[in-house]
Amino acid sequence: MTIDFSRDKPIYSQLVDRICGDILKGKLVLGDRLPSVREYAVETGVNVNTVQRVYKELEAMNITETKRGQGTFITTDEERIVLLREDMKNQLAEHFLTSIEALGFSKEEMLVVLQNKS
Amino acid sequence: MLQLSNVSFRYMKKSILQDVSFTIPIGQIIGLVGENGSGKSTLLKVLAGLLRPSNGEVLLNGTPVTRRSADKIAYLPDIDLFFDFYTGEQLFQHYASQFEDFSYDKACIVAEFLQVDKNVKLRQLSKGNRGRMKMAATLGREVPYYLMDEPFSGLDPIVREQLIKGLIQFTDIEHQTILLSTHELYEVEPILDQIILLQNGSIIAHEEVETIRDVSNKDAVQWMKAYYKKG
Repeated sequence: MTIDFSRDKPIYSQLVDRICGDILKGKLVLGDRLPSVREYAVETGVNVNTVQRVYKELEAMNITETKRGQGTFITTDEERIVLLREDMKNQLAEHFLTSIEALGFSKEEMLVVLQNKS
Repeated sequence: MLQLSNVSFRYMKKSILQDVSFTIPIGQIIGLVGENGSGKSTLLKVLAGLLRPSNGEVLLNGTPVTRRSADKIAYLPDIDLFFDFYTGEQLFQHYASQFEDFSYDKACIVAEFLQVDKNVKLRQLSKGNRGRMKMAATLGREVPYYLMDEPFSGLDPIVREQLIKGLIQFTDIEHQTILLSTHELYEVEPILDQIILLQNGSIIAHEEVETIRDVSNKDAVQWMKAYYKKG
């Protein structure tokens, strides 16, 4: 599957978000091995250099660890993933707030709508 | 390193390239974009040593590029100059006789990956399948530089996606560089490290793709269009 990337964000950061999303959704589990850089590049239709940057970024975030000669694995540190969940929630909330602000809705007004949604 | 310094090219009295300079390091996939007639094909032929620049020079690791440089540079032409009476198999044999670096086995693996039958005559293949076969023959060569003139042109989206994946799968970006011209920037952007934009034979922009997105919050297509509006 090739991915449709959004226009306004670097491709590497969209892929970082995608892998983080897969962890939160449970598609990737603690300790899972990620595909090799080339495999992931072919799978997503993206430059190998870009995927290398994605893997570096994930490692710097302590979300993955590289074991020499074995590949890249999702961390086994549960607390790191709890933190990731919190980060993603905050990001979503920030994004939501900027969007409603741009349209002139108040937070209170939107809270009512959110609560009435099932 | 492939290096152009102040390259100009004239055909008859007409100026096709003007004062073009840039360097292509190893380990990059670079897109060459620009309108029809902006000089992309000519530039690729000059880089491949198939045309001699009227002014300036093209250096490969410090020595001037000539037709002999073909042992370091694989060139994929735009037009079907390919011997259409050959089968894929015969095409591979021909490549093997011309290029020492050609790996028959690799070409067959690429053809299989791209799902094209090497026992059919090229002229009996669809346009998409000829595009696949050309790609298999080109990637069968093991060279530091691949120059590809419109490898995706006129092909349907499924073939394009497959060729793009073939490029990623069968090149080694640590030791090889691909420079390709394309009009399908939207689809090709994810595999590019850099983009060179040509207009009327001159480079008007040369940028890293992630920088374009990071700094200008635009994708490559919008970035390119912005230059045309200015021009």
